[in-house]
Amino acid sequence: MRYIEPHGHMVSLVTDDYLDMATAGCQAVCEPAFWAGFDRSSADGFHDYFCQLTEHEPKRAARFGLPHFCWLCINPKESEDIALADDVLALIPKFLDRPTVLGIGEIGLNKNSRNEVKVLEKHVDLAAREQQLILVHTPHLEDKLKGTRLILDVLQSDSRIRPERCIIDHVEEHTVRRVLDAGFWAGMTLYPESKCTSARAVDIVEMYGAERVWMNSACDWGVSVPLAVPYAALEMRRRGHSAEAVDRLIYQNPIRFLSQCPKFKLPA
Amino acid sequence: MTRQKLLDLYFMDARARLIDLAAFLDRIDRGQGEADFRLNALRQAIAELGKPDQGRAERVLLSLSDPTLEPIAAAPGKGAIGAYPG
Ligand SMILES: [Zn+2]
Repeated sequence: MRYIEPHGHMVSLVTDDYLDMATAGCQAVCEPAFWAGFDRSSADGFHDYFCQLTEHEPKRAARFGLPHFCWLCINPKESEDIALADDVLALIPKFLDRPTVLGIGEIGLNKNSRNEVKVLEKHVDLAAREQQLILVHTPHLEDKLKGTRLILDVLQSDSRIRPERCIIDHVEEHTVRRVLDAGFWAGMTLYPESKCTSARAVDIVEMYGAERVWMNSACDWGVSVPLAVPYAALEMRRRGHSAEAVDRLIYQNPIRFLSQCPKFKLPA
Repeated sequence: MTRQKLLDLYFMDARARLIDLAAFLDRIDRGQGEADFRLNALRQAIAELGKPDQGRAERVLLSLSDPTLEPIAAAPGKGAIGAYPG
């Protein structure tokens, strides 16, 4: 089995997790910028984090033969403070031409507040001006439906944004249809408690198809499973999906989306 | 996949989750004090399971979701609780 982990917060994981992922067939890992579980007190904290994502983490992954890519932004959980967000947004352009940066993400909403929407709009504008791919985080639990609607409004009201260059992550049964119908890619996050279980992710694939969909573990500092993608692949096989269908979903699909950024290349 | 095969794959898991849910409701009954809105939200969501039409998972999720469309004035914190207080 081969797969891409298109959304993993490797800074939160121990080195043994890299070993396990590489052993399970992982061919590349992509890491969106996110909330560290605590608030950074200034833009300097983000500067260091962006250095960690673009310099340190690729070296750690390389020890296991894994190419490591990343996405940059200030995440929605720290977007209530607009002044801080502006400072961080001003930092991002000088990192964008680094060789492993794939785009702007994971942007989006958390509690669906006015300031979160403003900061989302600023990121979308930056992505449009710099012609970057976009990776979107949708809110958790009771906030997901509303957040997904607001995010789609923001993206669709900017005529520069091409939906096929944006992935809306953490979809579930009540949000996936509107994401796909609007032409965006949809990410399914495999979490033990919230978001999707493997069985439900396979249900969604069976109901809505696998044309513009990927699966990720979004493994981070919370309760999450770094090998969730290969486990979901096993679930697909148990449900009678062919090895070719599994490969398309967990390997070829992420490559198809991510290759829209010319920097995403796997070693020959 | 045939229903027979799906039952072979998932029946024990669904049975275990169902008993857990039943035991949880019993535990709540044995507890003291007032419950908050989450209990009612859960009961309403459970009612979706008894309906025959497809889309139960989607309807359960919708019944636990904030249905409004206006952004709120300011984020009250970072967390979500799993049901909408109304
Ligand atoms: Zn994430």
